[in-house]
Amino acid sequence: MSDEKQVGIVLVSHSAEVAASVAELAKGLAGGGTSVPVAPAGGTEGGGLGTSAELIAAAAASVDRGAGVAVLTDLGSAVLTVKALLAEGDELPDHTRLVDAPFVEGAVAAVVTASTGADLAAVEAAAAEAYSYRKV
Amino acid sequence: MLDADFFRRWMTATAASVDREAERLTALDSPIGDADHGSNLQRGFRAVTATLEKEAPQTPGAVLTLAGRQLISTVGGASGPLYGTLLRRTGKALGDAAEVSEEQFAEALRAGVDAVMTLGGAAPGDKTMIDALVPAVDALRDGGFAAAGTAAEQGALATTPLQARKGRASYLGERSIGHQDPGATSSSLLVAALAEADGE
Repeated sequence: MSDEKQVGIVLVSHSAEVAASVAELAKGLAGGGTSVPVAPAGGTEGGGLGTSAELIAAAAASVDRGAGVAVLTDLGSAVLTVKALLAEGDELPDHTRLVDAPFVEGAVAAVVTASTGADLAAVEAAAAEAYSYRKV
Repeated sequence: MLDADFFRRWMTATAASVDREAERLTALDSPIGDADHGSNLQRGFRAVTATLEKEAPQTPGAVLTLAGRQLISTVGGASGPLYGTLLRRTGKALGDAAEVSEEQFAEALRAGVDAVMTLGGAAPGDKTMIDALVPAVDALRDGGFAAAGTAAEQGALATTPLQARKGRASYLGERSIGHQDPGATSSSLLVAALAEADGE
């Protein structure tokens, strides 16, 4: 697997702590020392609860290694802001996709899959498949 | 005909109206939302007027596209991408013309409202900003700015008995009934500001 070609993962939550913790959890479960670029984009720029287009754009740019960027979100404005940025066309790196997946389980699946050197479509599919894991 | 100055005045009048009504918008957002609608929109439209002053866009389309982009960047809640998409898509539909007719604007605004429905997945009757915007666009085509303002206000008032089917308020189910929707209310302020911009 090549470090330059790994898919980047952006985790967007209304809460900075949730985004950062899920990033840490996903990287931890992917195995220590994984080189998958993962960036949290949580809360507003002022540190409150909400969504920041600037933080999302900066996070996406920071994890872009040329293999695409998978964006996972929690709900509401996080989803709408990423969709609006994608519709803009020039705010996010090329080959950035909003992935339809549960936030925590999807993040773990995405990071583990990306760590194998899988491409964006495979990362997206793995994250989305996390929806099918029933707990009861 | 409507020029870039008209659309600048529209944004300035909206910002002033949101400033005046920010507390009421946040109060409406308290029982069924997360009590930030007024302050979020206030921050957003203040940023819009500041950026319009600084960048001085020269066409109606450029004014609205820039305003929409600024709202997406600064609001911090769902209303940012929703209002941002409304203005940006309306602006894009107006193209590069230096002046546009009221009919062209009404048509462009309809494209903007359609884009908001696509983005948020809301339809009329879901207790959202769409309930003020759709009647406003219909009235704008037939009756002009004042009629659009009245239609938007009536649409916002008519959200009170509805049960929310989109956004955070929808988690409340039947408990969302009996509250006027904050997004429909702020949408009615945006539409009412058209007549103000026209009167100056």
